[in-house]
Amino acid sequence: MTITLNHFGAATVFALFASIVFGITHRETTRDMIRYGIYCFAMFLGGVIVAGWAMWLLRR
Amino acid sequence: MANSTAEKAKVAEPVSTMAVLAPAIGWLIPGAGHMIQKRWIRGVLLFISIVTLFLLGLAMQGRIYKANGGDILDILGFVGDVGAGALYIITLAMDWGTGAIQLATADYGTKFMIVAGLLNFIAMADAYHIAIGKKQ
Repeated sequence: MTITLNHFGAATVFALFASIVFGITHRETTRDMIRYGIYCFAMFLGGVIVAGWAMWLLRR
Repeated sequence: MANSTAEKAKVAEPVSTMAVLAPAIGWLIPGAGHMIQKRWIRGVLLFISIVTLFLLGLAMQGRIYKANGGDILDILGFVGDVGAGALYIITLAMDWGTGAIQLATADYGTKFMIVAGLLNFIAMADAYHIAIGKKQ
């Protein structure tokens, strides 16, 4: 079985699972874990979008 | 005075069985280090995250690194992959993860598998911290 993901899809999947692990392992309480996981996910995806636009501008 | 005696006694305290067992089992099966300490939800979430990431990498035709003494990036790739524990052992035994260089997404798959192993190292450290009482 072969799965083909585009770049954004791969980055989103990566961000989701890495954020879950970061949230669980880097915080003490359940509430903080959820908040930190969401924060990491937003930072990962935000970073992808910012880097994407930066590369688009560099290409111009 | 009494405080420093108590601190010394704490330092000399032998390592508990759980402090050794939890990271070891956690390495072999992602999330199991948390599950044996009755952190069921955390363990299941870690298991799903790490195993899915690794299997997606495999399905994307990613390459698995074998033990090597060559290029530094290959050595680091091996260190990352080996963190996935039983997933890595099974993949090697079944001769999966040979990589398909004709697929552009195969490189993403290779990175997915390395990151799955590295995330499992973090999960192992967390299981150890729970076992020694540093974390709830």
